Amino acid sequence: MNPILRIEHLTKVYPNGVQALTDVSFDVPRGQFVAVIGLSGSGKSTLLRCINRLVEPTSGKVIFDGVDVTACNDAALRRVRRRIGMIFQHFNLVNRSPVVTNVLAGRLGYVNPVWSLINRFSPADMAKANAQLERVGLADKAGNRADALSGGQQQRVGIARALMQDPALILADEPVASLDPVLAHSIMKHLDQINRDDGVTVLCSLHFLDLVHAYADRVVALNDGKLMFDGLPSEIDDAKFKEIYGKEAERVG
Amino acid sequence: MKRSLTIALLIVAAFVIFAYGFSVTQVNLEELGQESRQQALTRILRALAHPDFIAFDQEQVEVNAPVYVPCPAAGEPAYTPDTSGPYMTVTPSCGDPRAEVVVEGVGFAPDTNGVLYFIPDSGVQLQIGRFETDGGGYFQTTVRLRDRESDQAQQLRATTRRNIGNAHLSQNGIDTINKIIETVFMALLATTLGTFLAIPVSFLAARNLMATVTSPVASVALTLILVPLGVWLGGAVTGWLGQTALTLLGDWLPALVGLVVAPVVATILARWAVPPVEKSPPGALVRLLRSIALLAVALLAILAFYLFAALLIAAGERIAPLLGSFAFLGDFIANVGGIIVLVLPIAGALIGGGVFLSIAGRLGNTLADRLSPRTLKAINIVLCAVAGMVLALLIGAAVEWLYQLRQPRLTVVWPAIIGAVLGIIVAVRSRADEPLPLGLAVYGVTRTVLNALRSVEALIMVIVFAVWVGIGPFAGVLALGLHTVAALAKLYSEQVESIANGPLEAVIATGANRLQMIVYAVIPQIVAPYISFTMYRWDINVRMSTIIGFAGGGGIGFLLQQNINLLNYRAASAQIIAIAIVVSLMDYFSSYMRQRVV
Ligand SMILES: Nc1ncnc2c1ncn2[C@@H]1O[C@H](COP(=O)(O)OP(=O)(O)OP(=O)(O)O)[C@@H](O)[C@H]1O
Ligand SMILES: [Mg+2]
Repeated sequence: MNPILRIEHLTKVYPNGVQALTDVSFDVPRGQFVAVIGLSGSGKSTLLRCINRLVEPTSGKVIFDGVDVTACNDAALRRVRRRIGMIFQHFNLVNRSPVVTNVLAGRLGYVNPVWSLINRFSPADMAKANAQLERVGLADKAGNRADALSGGQQQRVGIARALMQDPALILADEPVASLDPVLAHSIMKHLDQINRDDGVTVLCSLHFLDLVHAYADRVVALNDGKLMFDGLPSEIDDAKFKEIYGKEAERVG
Repeated sequence: MKRSLTIALLIVAAFVIFAYGFSVTQVNLEELGQESRQQALTRILRALAHPDFIAFDQEQVEVNAPVYVPCPAAGEPAYTPDTSGPYMTVTPSCGDPRAEVVVEGVGFAPDTNGVLYFIPDSGVQLQIGRFETDGGGYFQTTVRLRDRESDQAQQLRATTRRNIGNAHLSQNGIDTINKIIETVFMALLATTLGTFLAIPVSFLAARNLMATVTSPVASVALTLILVPLGVWLGGAVTGWLGQTALTLLGDWLPALVGLVVAPVVATILARWAVPPVEKSPPGALVRLLRSIALLAVALLAILAFYLFAALLIAAGERIAPLLGSFAFLGDFIANVGGIIVLVLPIAGALIGGGVFLSIAGRLGNTLADRLSPRTLKAINIVLCAVAGMVLALLIGAAVEWLYQLRQPRLTVVWPAIIGAVLGIIVAVRSRADEPLPLGLAVYGVTRTVLNALRSVEALIMVIVFAVWVGIGPFAGVLALGLHTVAALAKLYSEQVESIANGPLEAVIATGANRLQMIVYAVIPQIVAPYISFTMYRWDINVRMSTIIGFAGGGGIGFLLQQNINLLNYRAASAQIIAIAIVVSLMDYFSSYMRQRVV
């Protein structure tokens, strides 16, 4: 079976001249849980955001489920995006909207735009939204304003929103970096469950190696925009660690 | 050393600036102290302290006493006044023409003014003096008799006015209240109109939304060519539908049937053309059929609106006379119909432009996607030449209309050539499929227009509108509304620029399109500040509408200016007080509302 995601010679130079990614290539088979690690500024976010073209790649290709994302026009790009869920470090919920509206926003790529503009969703979508909220344990919060929730709850809403997309791939950009360790594990468990039960491929950038060891099937490491390491979490020994994080880095945890 | 030199220079500069300022603003301290100026100030302050709000019904009280000119031969006649009411004695009670007599009055109303008349045989009233009663209702004054001789008794008459009944609003008070209501409603209409127009404009003037809008050269060129065509076509088709509606309206029955059938058919068509969920992208034929259906929906909707408007006008005019003092409700209904008729061609033109805009965008994108770079480049050159020509011709037409040059070479031939050449240059220099920053161009134009509009005060705009629609509140509403659009759109767009970007990205990442992103991620973030800015603007509009009458915009300012010009300061005082009360009430109300939303 072809890989769900193939990245070929991906390079990104920002308009200000920063070379954030340099010739990055790797494949992601279906159903894998891939952790992306690297120092701050190594290009993890840029990599994830190039995949659904929130950031426009400078050169190289991103192939999602056989479709060349980099060559898509607007309409085709939206059809690709609706199958790629995205989870953000700062949750990126619309604070003033109710939780359920935030979750329903995950359907926007599927519904007819005209109906969605007047906030009309099909009963099936409404039921789906409630089911996803149920799944992340927030069924009773559907009517609350998003900013009335705690950080961990907000991230679960973010997950529910991604699940609404029936995603084949979830991109999670440091999903737990602004949460405490206990909440971090609970969020990671949700992702893990989605990965195992629904077979959704997950590409997740992480800062903590213990989380990488606990949840990832595979690790991709970036250093200064270059792919430094691609292998199993258990293969990261001290030498590899120093290669990824630099000579001065000390291993903690 | 250098520092102190700079400071010295600054002081000298400040001295010169203020000296010049005093001379151009004609500061004149002597005037302040002059006796006559002080009296003028006292007069106006006293008038302002006695606003003309309240009046009493008054009754004229007349008291007569006989007087002989000259004295009869029999000597001074005796006269016993009736002392049951106010009465008057004249001493002496006869005299030669122009002789002085002393007039005493008793039992008059205390502390009032009155006029003394001499009434000869002919019965005319000749004023010979004024009097003022003391606290006991007594007066004494010396007057000169008139040069009218008669052997009959003639009369001296004292007239005073007396308040009867309760205090009530004076005519000026009634006018003031009517006008202040008119003023508040001017502000309301201007704010509503301005807000509705400012909301869409503010999105065009928000950099963060527009910066990501890019389109390939072919799309931009096609847009320039097709949008004017669409605007014209939309306007023309709407006008034609209006005619059709009018002929339909010749009879009530077809009109009513039309009004029922058109929306129903339109709804059914819309349901079919806009299915709730799209499993896979539809084929070309289905898309074409759907587009045709949507076009039919738009036409039916416009037709229905025309019928509806015509019915409103007819109904409003029919019921207005039946409603008595609520006739304004009927007039309002008729007016709403009139407004719809007025707005429909504009709406039709905008829809036409919008439809052609999206066709142009898609066509351009398809061309850019499908064609090889070389073919695309060739097509781009042709399209850009035509587009440049269209743009230049439109500008030329505008110049011709404004300045009436009547020189086709200057307004047609040369612009066409220059436009085409510029278009070709753009097409040749840009890469064939390079996206042009169309959004930023729209942003720049919108910002420039808004800034220009905002820098002209409503008080000045109203001069143009008063010439156009006549002096009155309508001109004021239009001027205030236009200024509100410019001011609010700027405030709004700055608000849009300051919203959190994360939610926008998150919604875009789900595969939503730009419009969905605006509805789901932008609007929820801006509702509260928009309301608060609107209230703030409402506040300003109330203030402005109180003075816009000075320049012909109706409302209370018109009345105030008239009274000031007539030196009628007591009446003006009433209007000034009304303005102060209403403005401070609105101020309080709007700040209360703003606190509630934010
Ligand atoms: N929009 C941008 N414009 C210019 N440079 C950018 C932009 N976004 C990121 N960069 C630069 O690109 C490089 C990679 O940034 P990126 O955000 O991808 O790193 P990261 O690995 O996600 O870091 P962190 O762990 O801090 O999130 C950095 O040097 C950063 O300064
Ligand atoms: Mg990052």
